[in-house]
Amino acid sequence: MDALLQFLLSGVTVGAVYALVALGFTIIYNASDVVNFAQGEFVMLGGMITVFTYQAGLPLPLAAVLAIAITSLVGVALNKLALEPARGAPVVSLIIITIGASIFIRGAAQLIFDKQLHRFPSFSGDQPIHIFGATIVPQSLWVIGGAVLVFIGLWLFFTKTLTGKAVLATANNRLAAQLVGINTGWVMTLSFALSAAIGALAGVLVTPITLVGYDVGVGLALKGFAAAMLGGMGNPKGALVGGISLGLLEALTAGYLSSQYKDAVAFIVILAVLFVMPQGLFGKSTTERV
Amino acid sequence: MLTVEGVRSAYGRIEVLHGVDLEVRSGEIVTVVGANGAGKTTLLQCLSGTQPVSAGRIHFRGDELTSVPAYRRLRRGLAQSPEGRQIFTNLSVEENLRLGAFLFTDERVDRDMQDAFAMFPILREKRNLVAGGLSGGQQQMLAIARALMGRPHCLLLDEPSMGLAPLIVAQIFEVVESLRARDVTILLVEQNAYGALKIADRGYVMETGQITMTGPAAELIADPRIREAYLGI
Repeated sequence: MDALLQFLLSGVTVGAVYALVALGFTIIYNASDVVNFAQGEFVMLGGMITVFTYQAGLPLPLAAVLAIAITSLVGVALNKLALEPARGAPVVSLIIITIGASIFIRGAAQLIFDKQLHRFPSFSGDQPIHIFGATIVPQSLWVIGGAVLVFIGLWLFFTKTLTGKAVLATANNRLAAQLVGINTGWVMTLSFALSAAIGALAGVLVTPITLVGYDVGVGLALKGFAAAMLGGMGNPKGALVGGISLGLLEALTAGYLSSQYKDAVAFIVILAVLFVMPQGLFGKSTTERV
Repeated sequence: MLTVEGVRSAYGRIEVLHGVDLEVRSGEIVTVVGANGAGKTTLLQCLSGTQPVSAGRIHFRGDELTSVPAYRRLRRGLAQSPEGRQIFTNLSVEENLRLGAFLFTDERVDRDMQDAFAMFPILREKRNLVAGGLSGGQQQMLAIARALMGRPHCLLLDEPSMGLAPLIVAQIFEVVESLRARDVTILLVEQNAYGALKIADRGYVMETGQITMTGPAAELIADPRIREAYLGI
């Protein structure tokens, strides 16, 4: 029983990170139908920039905010420099561009920073909290809280605000969006900035637990993508549930079976779900009349 | 209100508009009729800014519009209900209408939406449904209603009758004519020349990228050449 609780706690922590990455995917996907495989690099940049600005003497909160702001700019630059010139290309080409961008950012980070693993202190100390015989580090609560807050924020954004609807409208029909007065170029800029900021936030929150290096983005992007697919691409609720489920699956497999099988079991379950529900758990099945 | 002078436009190297002149005066319903491929839709796209103009000028309410980006033209009072309806298929009917008034946040938005529902009661019935599930005629109604939500001075209507049953076509034309009472000037592009000329004040006939005839709609309907070529009488 204690063991189960322990597995659940660590599963939710890891799952919250996946959920944050998946939420980042959601925004860009909603605005452009593009799955941005450089999303993991935003997480890496969030962590790395915080590490180096903190080491340079900045207070941690300031370093974190700076890292999120710079990463947002990188996201905007990715859109302006790599994706906008290819406007009109098939979505698959755009996705391949994001893979290229991901490799480029990783290489640049290796040069600008270094190849070591880094961390900075946890926000609220490292004294574990005991809950019914299981333990959780305070930083985990920061990660989980961050994921929940971002989820609520995004959910409100897409369902309650006109700007959020403008993002959805731009993805659905760019031409019609322009005809109702939406500046679709600005919507894309906003989406990439927001998405990159969420990725960077994930990096800032998780670095004290998992450490950060120039190449942590690849694995996170893959897991975040799997989580988003599981929950239903484009749906914030799906991203949250998909992320947490994936984290729990991994933690339970690692705990009860073997940590060597955790990825395998997680992906088998995802494949099984997608086989039955190709749209994911919360994906909308779209019907279109012509 | 809307003046088009010598507008040329091309897809790549192929020019499809060879210098079009056209005028729409305030309060009029003006129609451009012509066969498929005559360049009617391209002309409207030039007016709404979704197709580049290679030469010529467009003036709207005293301002030059030629190089204004598409998303800024509704702010000037020019709305378009595009060919193929182009509604937001993944969003609800109500969300489509709300986005039609994207530029506005005042209390008139609600009133305009009630007006739209009064004009097309079927949209009120289906307001919470995903717009992609509507029938063709309902989608066309939604496209017109959405364009009106933007409070246009002038509405560009592209082939509202396309692919619809005769009964629905009659209903759509009726609504277009009723917009006269709402102070909306209309430029209507149609293959259904008879229906369009019957409700219009003036008409232009377009052939292979050029205006070949123009005049009061009643005269055009009576013209033997038009009757033969477009009205099938």
